[in-house]
Amino acid sequence: MRRDHTVTILCTAFVFLALAGPWLPQWAMFIMTVAFARGLVVLGLLLLLRAGLVSFGQALFYCLGAYSAGALGRFFGVADIFVEMAVGGAVAAATAFVLGFLLARYRGIFFGLLSLALSMILYGLLVKSEALGSTDGFNILPSTLFGLRPGAEWVRYAVLVSAAAVALAAALLVHRYLDTPLGRLAPAIKDNEIRVEYMGASARRAVHVKYVIAGGLAGIGGALAATAVGHIDPEMAYWTTSGEFIFIAILAGTGNVAAPFVGALIYGAIHTMAYDLSPNTWQLSLGAALLLLIVFLPEGLWSLFSRYVRHS
Amino acid sequence: MSVILDAQGLCKTFGAVTAASEVSAAIEKDSVVGLIGTNGAGKTTFINIVTGYIKPDRGSIAYEGRDITRLPPRAITRLGICRSFQIPQLYGSLTAFDNMMVGIGIVLRNAGLAGYFSRGAAPVPGYGRPAEEVAEHLLGRFGLLEERDRNAQVLPGGARKLLDIALAMVAKPRVLLLDEPTSGVSSQEKFGMMQMVLDAVRAEGVTVLFVEHDMEVVSRFAQRVLAFYDGRIIADAAPQAALAHPEVKRYVVGQRA
Repeated sequence: MRRDHTVTILCTAFVFLALAGPWLPQWAMFIMTVAFARGLVVLGLLLLLRAGLVSFGQALFYCLGAYSAGALGRFFGVADIFVEMAVGGAVAAATAFVLGFLLARYRGIFFGLLSLALSMILYGLLVKSEALGSTDGFNILPSTLFGLRPGAEWVRYAVLVSAAAVALAAALLVHRYLDTPLGRLAPAIKDNEIRVEYMGASARRAVHVKYVIAGGLAGIGGALAATAVGHIDPEMAYWTTSGEFIFIAILAGTGNVAAPFVGALIYGAIHTMAYDLSPNTWQLSLGAALLLLIVFLPEGLWSLFSRYVRHS
Repeated sequence: MSVILDAQGLCKTFGAVTAASEVSAAIEKDSVVGLIGTNGAGKTTFINIVTGYIKPDRGSIAYEGRDITRLPPRAITRLGICRSFQIPQLYGSLTAFDNMMVGIGIVLRNAGLAGYFSRGAAPVPGYGRPAEEVAEHLLGRFGLLEERDRNAQVLPGGARKLLDIALAMVAKPRVLLLDEPTSGVSSQEKFGMMQMVLDAVRAEGVTVLFVEHDMEVVSRFAQRVLAFYDGRIIADAAPQAALAHPEVKRYVVGQRA
């Protein structure tokens, strides 16, 4: 059996980023922080995809996490980044737990569209909520770190390292989970639910658990995006946001827990460059990139890496 | 011998079709029972009711004195009644070995020996050995070691059948229901395969019910035969007596009495 270096690679990458961070330009720090936020959502999507479920509605939890973080600052004056992420994740996970009773019954296109519909309900509610800024949303207080307020030039770095630390923890936990009997159930559910039931496990319950984990991760990602960007609005729940996450998941592949973060970073880079090249038709470049990818790398960018490892 | 499985007055209709009509049978522990009958006679329905896939309209099933009539398949599996399928139900994209490991993982999980972050290194209940060893052991028992690393969906038909049965053995059942274990296997190979399956299964002390269309296989391997016709059991006896029963001859074997 091939040795798994995921843990070493992830930890090394984190240390490298933490050390090199202070020399990075501010814009790069921003792109990377947002990539960690999106990567967390896609990490959750990876769990669902492995079980054969495509959620078109992860934006629901992403937005819930962001608004929970925003509400903490707006109504309680709390702006600590870790508290925001914890609350954002908890609110999203709790919502996923409740919705999971409904969603875990569905598969395929029904699961996808139902999750999309739920996220659009949140979008509709937020657009109508004057107290939460309606379509304009509202601004987020500048982040503090365990009660400390880093100097202006250090804020981005502090947020980036916090994001990287949370992403690392999440990736390691999911990696571990995927290696347990429960985690290994995912491809089995995708292949044959009848057999899963007849081996003594509840496929519905397993899907429910994965949905809650995915929701919680998306909530943490949303809270992180909110603090990084400094502004939230209902667009975060719009279906195109969910589409972005699926885009990243396809771009990255589901082969490894590091893939979502690499994918999110590349997506961020393509997005930024495309926008820079042609602000009005950036979607065209993004679409072309996805098209090329599906044709030439149907299993995502990660397959390049795993192919390389297999050959060496 | 004590009764391990007791079906009483099972009835089930699907619209105008009677799939089970007053089906009663007491299965003795450690016996090997053959279920025979033409297609649509109610054999698979009987298996589906016993394993909880179909709920009967009337009647009950007791397993070791406990009523299991309304339990879902996973609960019945956990109690020790497992099955194989006429069309093998495998995890097609996984290797034969990983198919076993998924099953063993569920067993560990149900025994509280694996959780969200524990890989389940404990010995597998009923086998007292680590997961990998149990997987190898069972694959070996069913002659599947050569197919260990091949994906289930590309295995030949006979191997798929055997893997399906091996999967059913993972939970260390006390009762095993085999739905046409030798269908799709050439008539020359049938006896060898059935012998291997029964050897593997009986070594673990399992009560076996198997559906079979080949009467030679039935008379060689079954100790008792339940003959189904039109949702009813028309004969319940030792193989020779059951096969000599006039209704069985007429409706199942296809000879004029």
